[in-house]
Amino acid sequence: MFIKMIPEIGHFALIIALLMAIVQAIMPLAGAATRRPLWMAYGRPMAAGQFLFVAIAYLCLTTSYMLDDFSVANVANNSNSLLPWYYKFSAVWGNHEGSVLLWSLMLAGWGYVASVFSGDLPRDMVARVQGIMGMVCVGFLLFILLTSNPFERLLPNMPQDGADLNPLLQDFGLIVHPPMLYMGYVGFSVVFAFAIAALLGGRLDSAWTRWARPWTNVAWAFLTVGIALGSWWAYYELGWGGWWFWDPVENASLLPWLTGTALMHSLAVTEKRGSFKSWSVLLAISTFSLSLMGTFLVRSGVLTSVHAFANDPSRGFFILMLLAITVTLSLLVFALRAPRVSHKVGFNWLSRDSLLLINNILLVIMTVTVLLGTVYPLVLDSLGLGKISVGPPYFNALFVPLTVVMCMFMGLGPIARWKSMAASELTRKLWVSGAVALVLGGAVPLLYSGEWDLWVALGIISALWIVLPMVRDVFDKTRHASSFLAGLRKLSLAYWGMVLGHVGIAVTIVGVAIVSNYNIERNVRMSPGTTVEVAGYQFTMTELTSRRGPNFLADTSVIQVQRGESGRSFVMHPEKRLYLATGMPMTQVALRPGLFRDLYVAMGEDLGDDSYAMRIQYKPFVRWLWLGGLLMALGGVLAVIDKRYRRAIARQSSSAGTTQAAVKEATA
Amino acid sequence: MTPKRKQKLFVILGLVSLTAIAVGLTLYALRSNINLFFSPVQIAQGDAPVERQIRAGGMVKEGSVSRDRESLDVTFEVTDYVDDLEVYYSGILPDLFREGQGVVVVGELQADGRFRADQVLARHDENYMPPEVAQALEEAGYSPADFQAKAAKVGARLEQEGVPQASEY
Repeated sequence: MFIKMIPEIGHFALIIALLMAIVQAIMPLAGAATRRPLWMAYGRPMAAGQFLFVAIAYLCLTTSYMLDDFSVANVANNSNSLLPWYYKFSAVWGNHEGSVLLWSLMLAGWGYVASVFSGDLPRDMVARVQGIMGMVCVGFLLFILLTSNPFERLLPNMPQDGADLNPLLQDFGLIVHPPMLYMGYVGFSVVFAFAIAALLGGRLDSAWTRWARPWTNVAWAFLTVGIALGSWWAYYELGWGGWWFWDPVENASLLPWLTGTALMHSLAVTEKRGSFKSWSVLLAISTFSLSLMGTFLVRSGVLTSVHAFANDPSRGFFILMLLAITVTLSLLVFALRAPRVSHKVGFNWLSRDSLLLINNILLVIMTVTVLLGTVYPLVLDSLGLGKISVGPPYFNALFVPLTVVMCMFMGLGPIARWKSMAASELTRKLWVSGAVALVLGGAVPLLYSGEWDLWVALGIISALWIVLPMVRDVFDKTRHASSFLAGLRKLSLAYWGMVLGHVGIAVTIVGVAIVSNYNIERNVRMSPGTTVEVAGYQFTMTELTSRRGPNFLADTSVIQVQRGESGRSFVMHPEKRLYLATGMPMTQVALRPGLFRDLYVAMGEDLGDDSYAMRIQYKPFVRWLWLGGLLMALGGVLAVIDKRYRRAIARQSSSAGTTQAAVKEATA
Repeated sequence: MTPKRKQKLFVILGLVSLTAIAVGLTLYALRSNINLFFSPVQIAQGDAPVERQIRAGGMVKEGSVSRDRESLDVTFEVTDYVDDLEVYYSGILPDLFREGQGVVVVGELQADGRFRADQVLARHDENYMPPEVAQALEEAGYSPADFQAKAAKVGARLEQEGVPQASEY
C-alpha cells in the first residue's frame, strides 16, 4: 500500500516545499525591511524544511525508477526493466521533469548550505539572502508543479514495460555531467542572492565581496567541471571525435562560465581595492540570468538536440517569463540602489586593476559574440525572417583571436602590482619569459610535425606566456624565505588557486591548439583482413562478431593495432549497437587514451559483404583539454579553502575594519 | 585639457575602438557564416545560390540510396514529395540515417543541380517532416499537411517492413 503511494507522496512533498519556499520568500525580506527579528528568523528553518521536502520528492522519484513503476509516466518514458540499476538511477535526470527536479533539489540544497554557513553574517543580510533564494525556489517549484510534474501517472492503462532511456544517455559521462553543471548554474543563484541582498541593504562594501567570492569560486569550479565533462562525453559518445561543436546547448553553458570568470576577477578587485563594485553586481546578475537563459534554450524545445527532451511551448514560455521577471526586477533594484557616488579609487594604466579591467572587457566581448551567434538564428526565426544557422566558423573566427589577445594580458596580470607599476619593472621581469615563449612556441610545431602552423605556434606561445611569468613570480616570492620549500609553504592557498587556474587555461589551450590542427582522421571501408595505417599505427580488422548486451545487440569488430613495425600491439573493440526497446542504433567508440595522443576507432554503417565504414582518428593532446578544465576547477576550490575566508567569517566584519584589513593584505 | 580629462578621453576612445573592432569582426564573421535553409522545391525553383554553403533538407527518398562498392562514396535523393534533390557525399552517414526519415545536408549546390554534401545530419522525428521543410512547402503554395501524411505513410511502411538495421541476427 505504502509503496504504491510513493509517487503521490513525492508530489505532496513538492507542494509542501513550495509552500515553505513562499514563506521563505516573503517573511525574511519583510522582516529585514521592517526590522523584525522574529520574521527574519523564518528564513533558516524554511530553507532547511524546503530542502528536506524536495529531497523526499527526489527520493520518491528515484524509488519509482528503481522499482520499475511504469504507471508513472516519467518512468515509463525514460526507463526499462532491462536497464542496469545505475542507469535507472541516472535516468532520473536524463529527462526534462527529472532534471528540473534535480535542479530544484540543488537549489534548495545550496540555499540550505548558504543558511548554515552564513552564521556570522549580519542578521538582516542573511534574511535578505534567504528571501531572494526563496523567490528563485518558488519560481522553479512552480515550474515543476505547473508544467512538468514528474509524478504524473498513466492510470489505468499502464504500459507493460518502459520506453527505455535514450541510448546516448546510457553512459557514465551522463551520470556525472548534469549534476556538476547544475551545481554550477545553481551555485550562481547564491551569488546572485548575495548581490541583490547587498543592493537592498545598501551594504555593497568589501565585506560583501568576502562573502560572495567563495560562493562564486565554488559555483565556477562546478560549472567548469560540468562543461569539461560534457565535452568529454560528446567526444566519446557521439562517435565522431569532436569535443566542442558550438552547439547552442553548449554555448548556453559557456555563457555563464564566461561572465562567471569575469565576476571572479572583478570581485578580486572589489575586495582588494574597493572599486568595480557596481560592475561586480551587474556581472552577478548577468551570470545568473544567463544560467536561466541557458535553461530556457535547453528546455523550451526551440533547439533540437539530445538535451531538448520534449517540446512543450508552455514550458518555454514559463521559463522565458521567469527570465524576464528576474532580469527586470534585478536590474530595477540595481538602478535604484546601486551606489550613486562613484568610489574614487584611482589606478594607473599599468596596474593589476587596469589589467583586470581589460580581462573583464574581453570576457564580456566574448560573451556578447557567443550570445549573438546563439540567439540570432532564434530571433530571426521567431520574427519569420527565415531559417538560418550560424556555423562553427563564425565562433572560431571571433573566439580564437579574442582568446589570444586575452592570453597576452593574462601573462601580465599575476605579475602586475595593484594601483600602479613602472613599465621598466614589468619589462625587466617579463622579457626572459617572453623571449623563451616566442622561441619555444615558434619551434615546437616544427619539431613536432615538421610542418609549421601559425595557430599551433600561437597557442603554445600563449600557453607559455601564461605559465612562464608565473613560474618566475613563484621564485621571486620565495626568494627571501630561508629555503625554497619554506617559501613555497608561505604562499597562500588563494595564490596557488590563481596559479592552478591559469595553468589550467594554458593546458587547455595547448590541447585545443594541437588537437584542432594536428588531428588525423581517416574514413575507410574495412572488412576482416583489411589493414589501414594512420599516424604510424597499423589498424587491422581481424574479426567481425556480434554479441548481446543487457538491453542491446551489438556488432563488434576486433581491431588489432600495432605501432610501427615492431612496436607494442593491442586490440580495440568498436561496436555498433542496436537498442532493443527504442530500436535506436548507436556507435560505441573504441578508445586508446594517452596523455599525448588518443586513438579513436568508430564503426560507421554496414556496407554489406562483411565490410563496414570505419572512422579511425589519431588525436594528439586531446586529453589536455579536460585536464586543463580539472586544473582550473581545482584552482577555484583551493582559493576557497584559503584560511583568509575562514578568518573573514570569524571576524564577522560589518564595516570599516575590513576595508583597512583588505588594503593591508593587498599591500602585503 | 586637464590630465584627468585626457585620461577619460583615452578610456572612451579605447572603448569605442574596441567595440568597433568587435562589432566589425562579428558582422563580417556572421555574414560569411550564415547558412540559409532551402528545401528541394525551392532549389528546383532556382531560389538557392550555386556554390555557396547552404543547408538543404527533406526526406531521404525510398530506394534512392546507393553506395559505391569500393569507397565510402554515397548518393541519395532528398525529397519533399514535390521535387527531388540529388545529393552526393563521401564518408560515414549518421546512425539515424535511414530511407523515409528526415535529413538535413550541409554543403554546396553544384551548377549541374546536384548537391555536394560536406555534412549529413539525420534525426529521428515522429513528425517525419522537418519543420523547415514543412514551412518551405507552405510558402511554395503546397499544403504541408498532405505531404506530412504522405511522409508519415512512407515512414510507417518502411518501419514495418523493417529496413535492415545494424545487421541480421
